[in-house]
Amino acid sequence: MQIIAQNLTYIYSEKTKSLAVKALDNISVTINEGEFFGIIGKTGSGKSTFVQHLNGLIKIAKNKGSLTVGEYNLSAKKCDYKALRSKVGMVFQYPEHQLFAETVFDDVAFGIKSFMPSLSKEETEKRVKNAIELVGLDYEKLKDKSPFDLSGGQKRRVAIAGVIVTQPEILVLDEPAAGLDPKGKREFIALLKSLHGNFIKTIIIVSHDMNLVADNCTRTAVFGDGKLLEVGTPKEIFSSKEKVKSLGLELPVTAFLTQELDKKGIKIDSDLTTQGFIDAFAKYYFAKKGLTPRNDALKGGNDL
Amino acid sequence: MKELTFGQYYPQQSFVHKLNPSVKILLVIAYVVAVFLVKQFHFLGFAACFLVLIIATICARIPFFRILKSIKAVIFFIVLSAVIQIFFNKNGTPLWENGFITDQGLLSAAYIFCRIVLVVMGASLLTFTTSPVEIADGIEMLMYPLKWIKVPVHEFALIMSLALRLIPDLLDETDRIIKAQKSRGAEFESGNLFKRIKALVPVLVPLLIGSFRRAGSLADAMDARCYAGSKKRTRYKRLTVSYRDLLAFILIAGLVAGVVLLNGFYVLL
Amino acid sequence: MALINVENVSFSYDKKIKALKSVSLSVERGEYIAVIGHNGSGKSTLAKLLNGLMIADDGEIIVDGLSVREKKNLFEIRKRVGVVFQNPDNQIVASIVEDDVAFGPENLGIPRKEIGERIDFALNAVGMTEFRKSSPMRLSGGQKQRIAIAGVLALMPKVLVLDESTAMLDPKGRQEVLSVVKKLNKEKGVTVIAITHYMEEIVDADKVIVLDGGEIKMAGTPEEIFARRKELKDIGLEVPLSSFIAQKLIDLGVPVENVLTEDGLVEALCKL
Repeated sequence: MQIIAQNLTYIYSEKTKSLAVKALDNISVTINEGEFFGIIGKTGSGKSTFVQHLNGLIKIAKNKGSLTVGEYNLSAKKCDYKALRSKVGMVFQYPEHQLFAETVFDDVAFGIKSFMPSLSKEETEKRVKNAIELVGLDYEKLKDKSPFDLSGGQKRRVAIAGVIVTQPEILVLDEPAAGLDPKGKREFIALLKSLHGNFIKTIIIVSHDMNLVADNCTRTAVFGDGKLLEVGTPKEIFSSKEKVKSLGLELPVTAFLTQELDKKGIKIDSDLTTQGFIDAFAKYYFAKKGLTPRNDALKGGNDL
Repeated sequence: MKELTFGQYYPQQSFVHKLNPSVKILLVIAYVVAVFLVKQFHFLGFAACFLVLIIATICARIPFFRILKSIKAVIFFIVLSAVIQIFFNKNGTPLWENGFITDQGLLSAAYIFCRIVLVVMGASLLTFTTSPVEIADGIEMLMYPLKWIKVPVHEFALIMSLALRLIPDLLDETDRIIKAQKSRGAEFESGNLFKRIKALVPVLVPLLIGSFRRAGSLADAMDARCYAGSKKRTRYKRLTVSYRDLLAFILIAGLVAGVVLLNGFYVLL
Repeated sequence: MALINVENVSFSYDKKIKALKSVSLSVERGEYIAVIGHNGSGKSTLAKLLNGLMIADDGEIIVDGLSVREKKNLFEIRKRVGVVFQNPDNQIVASIVEDDVAFGPENLGIPRKEIGERIDFALNAVGMTEFRKSSPMRLSGGQKQRIAIAGVLALMPKVLVLDESTAMLDPKGRQEVLSVVKKLNKEKGVTVIAITHYMEEIVDADKVIVLDGGEIKMAGTPEEIFARRKELKDIGLEVPLSSFIAQKLIDLGVPVENVLTEDGLVEALCKL
């Protein structure tokens, strides 16, 4: 499913004119199927408001632009929001805070029961089991446990299983790694990467973590004061320090290093992923010294 | 944006906004008493109350239509009371032959209508010009004498201000949970009553758990800042009484006296 | 004598889960100590033990000569050890900034005039003076957390404990809070114990303590700690990304010097 937004505008409390705030201002962007799409920008720049439009949590007012997600036209008078939401999964910040059922199984099965009430018991079980295993948890061990007895990391995984259980085509995540420790974060990103392209076609991620964006995203949109400032690959977005600073953002470490080295006359050309930078620098170094790298060296096992 | 969802405070720099909140609360009570003192069918008394209300609204620099709008919330109640009077008041003479609507009925309806509208507009002027926090402070100050009969005024005040502090956060959290469950297919707008109540479970459970978590952290934070009840607590915030309060007091006292005098005047007639 | 002495402290929740196992450490006046560990390593438990929000099962914690175990010392200890928690929304008690900062001094029964002075001092120290009359709801996460720090500073503590106080903030907010804390440490001599899982935040610490499974696994300067990347990774922690890149390059056969900061890495790479 492709997402096409055109001139999308959203105004908070439009009725009381003195207090109205333009949360989204004329946003036009296309997100293709299969992308790992990043959305960055300062707090309050409209990122969250934008992604909440994608499954109809925020409705589009008359004459405030158009938005289509696959065959669903969200700006039309009538839109089957329920069907749409089964296709566009949404993971909020601290998703573990929405767990409510008595058992892990019931919580994960909630989406199936609401979206596909006619599904057979066996099929439901199969899907729940699959979702729980996809997020890296032991189905047999956890299914009858109370979600509130799990550890923080497990809770978050269960919550995500509860979103992907209906096999959405698009998964939208709003700051999903907030509050995780480094290990939790590394595992979480690995989980997203394993889902992407297999179980879920498109991933859209809102993040403050520029390194995460540089490392994983195919393209990134930059929001500021409700406007879409730029869309491009991480390499394009992070091409100049001044520009990124003016957007109120920081450079990812790889971009910072590339630009600082460039000032000193060292040209490193990479896609700005961590591994890409490391490989590119090693290549530069070995060429400069006239050395041949060790055989295995430049393949780069990725143990980020 | 959070503030908009809570209360109808209309921020403004004005004479009325700057009044001491506890004085303001007392004045509104006095105003309501004045409205209720107006004897049946003495509409001149209502006119006096209305005049004072207009003066106060102008001093508060609040558009009058906003005050009028506040009636909307209770319009059903007002209309109902008036209709009951019109149809069921059997005193007085019927307006037309064999009709059941009497002149007395109509007058009572108008009387009750004026009463409720004036009281509601007066009360809303208080909430328009006084933030919830100030109202809480005002109530605390008014309750202060109760300390002598061992009412835990400090604790009560703290609970009020904590509630005011947390309500916007909880509203925010509710919104987030509702959106999260909607994304998972929850429906809150359709189905019969039983279904709708059932649909609230996925919202209420996380909200409750979240509130307890919040309360726990807040208690820790308060403990860490040496909270130990009211025993030797001092108070930084102080509400002062100024010339403004005195002026407002004179105006309202004049109103009450005027209404009482008018009542006597009607008797003389 | 050290300002804080923790000796063989153990603590378990519900008598089952051992959160801390015989932990000992000492904190000198004016030090900036970083405590790192993954979620569930016991680091937040340590924070709550330091000012008597919880009492250790075994062992002794002495703050400025006072035992945390003695109930009568509790007030005095909390005056000396201020704790700033993770979620700014859950530690601000009032709807106006100055009233919130006043909360601590009010609890201590300090006269009104002095409370006013303390508010001036605390808000100035965190650079939030201009927001004195604002509603905390209108502030950003970083600003709220600075107010929370001011609320603790108004108690005039000797030690500031930051219990993952930056974990919920965006990068800008995190920067704001960190620079305020560093300033307090350098200029006002406030002793800081910063509990975190962000490696970037421990680079400037005088001493780093690594907790894992309720035990102290490592202690030393940031440089010493970061040199042990493999061990850190085994307990779920990571070196800063620039240090990671340096070590990866070393693995590839590029003889770069191991560094902690991005600027350091640029310099090291240029030297090659």
